[in-house]
Formats: sequence, structure tokens, C-alpha cells
Amino acid sequence: MVMEQLCERLARDLDASFGDLVDALGDDVYSGLRRIHGDDAADLTQEAFIRAYRALSGYEPERIRELRLRGWVWTIALNLGRNHARDRARRPQPAELHDIHPVEDPEPVDDRLWQERLSLLPTAQRTAVVLRHVVGLDYAELSAAVGRPEGTVKADVSRGLARLRSIIEEES
Amino acid sequence: MNIESELKSLTSPMPLPAKEAVALGTGLVDGFSAFDSPLGGVVVGFNVVGVSFVELAESFRPDEPVHGRRVVEAAPPRAWGSKIERAIDRGRPADLPVDLRSVSEFQRTVLEVAAAIPFGQVRPYGWLASEIGNPGAVRAVGSTMAKNPVPLIIPCHRVVRSDGRIGNYSLGGAHNKTALLEHEGVDIDLLSALAGRHIRYLASDTTGIFCHPTCAHARRITDAHRVELKSATQAVSAGFRPCKVCRPV
Repeated sequence: MVMEQLCERLARDLDASFGDLVDALGDDVYSGLRRIHGDDAADLTQEAFIRAYRALSGYEPERIRELRLRGWVWTIALNLGRNHARDRARRPQPAELHDIHPVEDPEPVDDRLWQERLSLLPTAQRTAVVLRHVVGLDYAELSAAVGRPEGTVKADVSRGLARLRSIIEEES
Repeated sequence: MNIESELKSLTSPMPLPAKEAVALGTGLVDGFSAFDSPLGGVVVGFNVVGVSFVELAESFRPDEPVHGRRVVEAAPPRAWGSKIERAIDRGRPADLPVDLRSVSEFQRTVLEVAAAIPFGQVRPYGWLASEIGNPGAVRAVGSTMAKNPVPLIIPCHRVVRSDGRIGNYSLGGAHNKTALLEHEGVDIDLLSALAGRHIRYLASDTTGIFCHPTCAHARRITDAHRVELKSATQAVSAGFRPCKVCRPV
């Protein structure tokens, strides 16, 4: 569904169309958070959408119509993820990022391998690479989501990709 | 290896439980969970506002919306589990939040008064109508009891006809209402015997106070001092004053 149409429907009747927002962006948000934060992605995803709903309930319809929806939802999701990672770092025995339970669906064999490769990137690069290439945000959305200039996120993406290439070379 | 296209394939669908948690957490659907009750298994619904419905497990259809809202099986909020058990056990909501958005403002007022009728006691429909300041609304009170979304927790089974008959009950019919009142120790034979003689109130000639027959204060009156009264007018003209606890008038 085109995001502008979804915004229009959310502005008209939030309760009736919020499920469509979850359907439209849920897989993206979950996939991205899973690659950035590992195991707790399901909890983070659900919390991100609940917060998005609460925020939208407080917005005037005009503000909802003007939202750049994907970037906006990702801002919420990344903030939650950041706080979560900080809290987890304080726990006595933090779980490893690549400690990820396999999901029920059959997956490519190198799913875990990719999880491990991504976990070796610095957070900013991992976030940028995942949002650009796993989730498919454009640079404007990506820049809005992480709250950094487009030039910076472009650099993060290309550095991240370069790093992944060298990680893969080292494997062989 | 094409890194970009491999990255693109690293997607996975948002798990269904997480989607349902969103629907529950935003209040767009109700959760439901099974509980025991004096009537056997019941299903209790809940949402972000409070407990939203109680239905008999045997007649509950999870695939049908309740009060126009979709329902999914889910654990109740942690703090509510024991409160729901207690509310069913004692027949009063106490500090358990109840969602009465499915009924009108009038009906909410009636249900809030009904919620305060004590365990083991009954009140006539007409009394509820008077309590809300609308003594003519007896029929509306009756239909409100039929629409009570949370029977057992808001004890509409404690609201009976003034002629001594038990009256209807939404949760499986009148025999369930009788069973609940007997479970609470209400002497139904005594109630119908009094009603048969048109006795509405009991008074004590030592305290000079008259009560609903099931009021805790009425049950303490000994046989020698019990005065039977047919109406509040009769009670007042005989010099009795209404009980401040059960408020017969």
C-alpha cells in the first residue's frame, strides 16, 4: 500500500486502519530490528507499534497526513532499540547479539552467519546497512529515522558494506 | 557474492503473537482467558480499559466479536489475574477496573449501583431505580441487568423481583441465578414466603429500624423482636426509620 494513502486513512479513522499500518510495516520493522538487535526483536516490534498508536491518537489529522510514515515509525523503533540495548548492557550477563532463536519458517542456511557478520559492525553502520538494504528505506527515510544528515548515513552504509565485504573475505 | 541482494533476503515476517500483542496493547481487540466460577467455567474478556465481558465457557464463541470487538485468547495483565478470581469469587469488582463502554450512560449508573450490593443479599429492581433517582425506570433497570457485560463481577444476580420471584438472568437463565444466590447463602424459600405474604421489609422493635429482608442488620433481628412490614409508608407511620446501610427508601 502506498504510504500516503495509508496516512490519509489513519488520519480519517485511526482505529479502523491501524491494523493496516501493522500489516504494511510489521514485517519490515521486525526484520530490521531482528538484524540490529537480535533476539528481542518481537518484543521491541510490538512495543514500537503500541507507541506509534499512542502517538497517533494524540495527533491532529493534519499532522498524520503529513507524516513520512516509514521514517517516523523507524524513529520510534530505533529509539526503543537504543534504550533496550543500553539496559541490556547493564545486565550482569548480557545475551550475545547473534544468540538468535531460529524463526519457524524455513530460512536460508546462512541466516545465522549473516546475523554474526552484522553483529561485527559498529552500531551506526549496522543500523544504516540494515535499514537501507534489508528493510529498503530510501536515504531520506533513513536519515529521518536515525536523525542524522543524509550524507552521514550514506557514508555509514558504504562503510558498513565495505566492512561486510572484508569480513566475508576473511571467512574464506 | 552480491551482498546487497543477500541482505535483501534477510527478512522474516512479524510473529503473530507480536501482532496480537499490538492489537491488545492498543486496545483495538479484547483478550480473553478462562476462569472458574460457581457456575463452572467462564471466559473473561479484558482490554486496556478493564474487564469487558464475562460469558459461560460452554456458550462462548471465540470467532465472534464481543460488543463489536474482535477477541483473542491471551493472558490477562499480570496484576489482574488474581483480582479477576477474587471479583468472581466475591461477586464485586472492588479494585478491578471494568470496561462499561459497551453500555449507555444510564446503564452504567445502574450497574455501578448494582456493583455495591453486598454478597449474600438481594435488592428489588425498583430499589435500584430509586437509588439512581429515577423510581419510574424499573423496566429500564431490568433491561440493564440483561445487558450487564460482566455478570458475576457486577452482581446483577442480586437484583430480584419485588414479588419474590427471582427474575431473569442473562448468564444461562434463572436457574443459574438461583444457584448463585444459594451459593451465597441467600434463603430463597424465606424470600418467597415473605413475598407471598407481601412482606417487603423487616424491622426491629428494639432499634426502631427497618431493612431489606436480606440486609445483614435484618438477619440479626431475633424472632421475638422482628416486625414484618408491607411498605415503607407503613414502616414510617409505625415509627420506624430506614436502615442507613441497605437504604430501603
